[in-house]
Amino acid sequence: MQTVLELRALSKHFPTHRAVDGVSFAIGRGEFFSLVGPSGCGKTTTLRLIAGFEEPTSGQLLLDGHSVEGLPAYRRDVSTVFQNYALFPHLTVAQNVAFGLARRAQNGKPAIAGKIAKALELVHLSGKEARLPNQISGGERQRVALARSLVLEPKVLLLDEPLSALDAKLRKEMRQELKNLQRTIGIAFLFVTHDQEEALSLSDRVAIMHRGLLEQVGTPQAVYRTPKTRFVAEFLGDVNWLEGAGVRPEAVRISRTAPVSAERATAAVVEGQTFLGNCVHLSAKLENGSACVVEMAQQECDFQPGERIYLWWQKADEFRVPNEAAA
Amino acid sequence: MKPFLPVYACAAYLFLYLPLLALGAFSFNNSKIAVWQGFSLAWYNGVFHNSALLEGTLHSLVIAVVATVAATSIGTLAAYALWKKRVAWLTGSLYLSLLSPEIVTGVSLLVFFQWMFHFLRLQLGLHTVILAHISFCLAYVVIVILARLRTFDRSLEEAALDLGANEWQAFRYVTAPLLLPGIVAAALLCFTVSFDDYVITSLVAGVNSETLPMIIYAMARKGVSPEVNALSVMITVGLGTLVLISGRLERQR
Amino acid sequence: MKLRTVFLAPGSIVMLGLFFLPLLIVLAYSFLSRGAYGGVTLPWTAESYSRIFDPLYLAILWRSVWIAAVSTALCLVLAFPLALYIARAGARKTLLLNLVMLPFWTSFLIRTYAWMFLLRDTGLVNTLLQSLHVISAPMPLLFNTGAVILGLVYGYLPFMVLPLYATLEKLDPALLDAAADLGASPAVAIWRVVVPISRPGMIAGCLLVFIPCLGAYLTPDLMGGGKTVMIGNLVQNQFTTARDWPFGAAISLLLMAMVLLVMRALGDKGEELL
Repeated sequence: MQTVLELRALSKHFPTHRAVDGVSFAIGRGEFFSLVGPSGCGKTTTLRLIAGFEEPTSGQLLLDGHSVEGLPAYRRDVSTVFQNYALFPHLTVAQNVAFGLARRAQNGKPAIAGKIAKALELVHLSGKEARLPNQISGGERQRVALARSLVLEPKVLLLDEPLSALDAKLRKEMRQELKNLQRTIGIAFLFVTHDQEEALSLSDRVAIMHRGLLEQVGTPQAVYRTPKTRFVAEFLGDVNWLEGAGVRPEAVRISRTAPVSAERATAAVVEGQTFLGNCVHLSAKLENGSACVVEMAQQECDFQPGERIYLWWQKADEFRVPNEAAA
Repeated sequence: MKPFLPVYACAAYLFLYLPLLALGAFSFNNSKIAVWQGFSLAWYNGVFHNSALLEGTLHSLVIAVVATVAATSIGTLAAYALWKKRVAWLTGSLYLSLLSPEIVTGVSLLVFFQWMFHFLRLQLGLHTVILAHISFCLAYVVIVILARLRTFDRSLEEAALDLGANEWQAFRYVTAPLLLPGIVAAALLCFTVSFDDYVITSLVAGVNSETLPMIIYAMARKGVSPEVNALSVMITVGLGTLVLISGRLERQR
Repeated sequence: MKLRTVFLAPGSIVMLGLFFLPLLIVLAYSFLSRGAYGGVTLPWTAESYSRIFDPLYLAILWRSVWIAAVSTALCLVLAFPLALYIARAGARKTLLLNLVMLPFWTSFLIRTYAWMFLLRDTGLVNTLLQSLHVISAPMPLLFNTGAVILGLVYGYLPFMVLPLYATLEKLDPALLDAAADLGASPAVAIWRVVVPISRPGMIAGCLLVFIPCLGAYLTPDLMGGGKTVMIGNLVQNQFTTARDWPFGAAISLLLMAMVLLVMRALGDKGEELL
């Protein structure tokens, strides 16, 4: 895949802390790339560095192979969808979408008219051209923000937690719409979120950040199944740390008799179970005192507290991370 | 306790408005003395036939309009710049300018102009008054606009830059249009402050540039003048209307 | 060059050229000698400053300070209940507040003149009282210190109401309920709870009233008939009749220094409110 955006040891240091610390990754043309991490990890600052709202302390930013870290925001061929959408309240939907094109016309860059209608159609907002931002719903405002950025055909679209202002049901709907949209237009998306489920479900590749550092980059399957650090393992889901290795609850099997052909097995005692709606988490205690959580369907779970059972899993489902103090 | 506050408030409002209302009532009085002798518009008529008053009004209007246009433009730009990045000495000096006693401001400007006239062959006149008014009105404008900008969403300008607008275009097409009600409010305030000024104006006006407040002052010192009553009512109503409009605009979202 | 630097230029030029520079020239003039027909000449001297210590001028300074102090205190006492009433008025708050501010923004000169119309010997009050046979000859209500104080209080009352209102409006009504719950009568609750909490507003208000009162010119001139001389009148006099510019400059700077002192003493509360 051809690289459209590359960060090389990009850093942003503030007097009090290092918001972004030597972050390097590359995004390919047409890729859906997520940047995920807890609040304060530096993902929004990274986004702002790419957009041009902050100047990096050191490092390089390459767009299509060209260095852009010295360019102001209005000269970079990237566009941002803000968390609060930042629609211009005094302009109609159509005028908002046309804003970038109008500026291009003024600044001597070629602007193709007629793209506004097409952009609105793409986000399913045809017919609302004359409305003002305060006359449309939150979800519709987000689509205007998308159309406004996409109509400029940027090399990369930067999305700053675009779904966090929506309620749960709308979020799920918009996730699918965003994915479809990205596939249709084929522009690279850099999607910033704190929700790991969102990142894993939408992305071609995911980058996890923590305290300004890039912890790991990879496909959703790769980072979930083989996390490289303890933080990544625990951020992306529940982990059982058993005998120096990590195993996901859904990878652990349980039986009353000793398993015959398991690569890994251990004896344990059932402690209890928690009903989570779509599954059950059964907690057990190993002989060496460690705790383990097993995920299973409700129908499979007829184990009582105090029962002696065997837990087993495949070696392939295990992962090991460098020994570090718990995050 | 319960009845005290409303009664007190009534009395306070009465205290605030009584002098103006009394003045207003007697401006329609058919007599020079403070005894009601029938309704008459004679004094209003007299105002319109008093050439000195009319000339003074003209001077005041010209000064106020020019000073307002200048101070509002300069002040809006300055407020915008201060909103983007604090400049301690400028903010401090504007604040000081606002609180300085008018007599000190007036005297300093008089002294300044006379010193300048050693090099330029000019005299005190409308131009010096206009410059003086721009100087002391600036702080009012900056305060009104800065207050508006404090409620402004900064991400709007970032969005504009992101979409390809340079700094000037972001200001021109996003911030300034949204600031317009505040700018008009500041201009109306500026006009009011300039039109009413006596102390500073009287010091830097020179011989042929009498303004309306200067004329009213002279008449007030001399004694009872019912024409001043009529004039006062007209000015109060006029300026009051401007202030109300300004307040309306300032609250507009 | 950044846009904001360009935008800052005109304003900076105005402040430097029409505010700071004039003050610097005043400073220079205060150390020169009086010219024959007004204006200044050499030699340099500090004579103007030493003249300030003449008992006549010290009396004027002192009078200005205590008139300003009394006016400020009266404003505070009179404005507080009004501000409290407006802060509690619910939906009509803004309207009531605007009604207080409206007279202030019309014309200070005209409002002062209105009082003259009421209080002069042939004014409304005297005429009314005489026609009701309460008094037989007009009372000298104008042209004395009391009239000046009245004029100042009337003129600057809105300046005290505004910051008081701003602080009182933020007061949590639950506090007064709590006080009542603990057995305090309304008056005690106000004195012990509301007044201390509204201190920032009171300080800002005193700042905004005391300073203009200290440098007042129009009010002592019109309401005091020129008989009550305050610093402002003294300064104006030096630049017109007395033609003693260096002395006038020195007194202006003294007034400015007093203003700065008060601003320092009362802290940054006023700036916050602005």
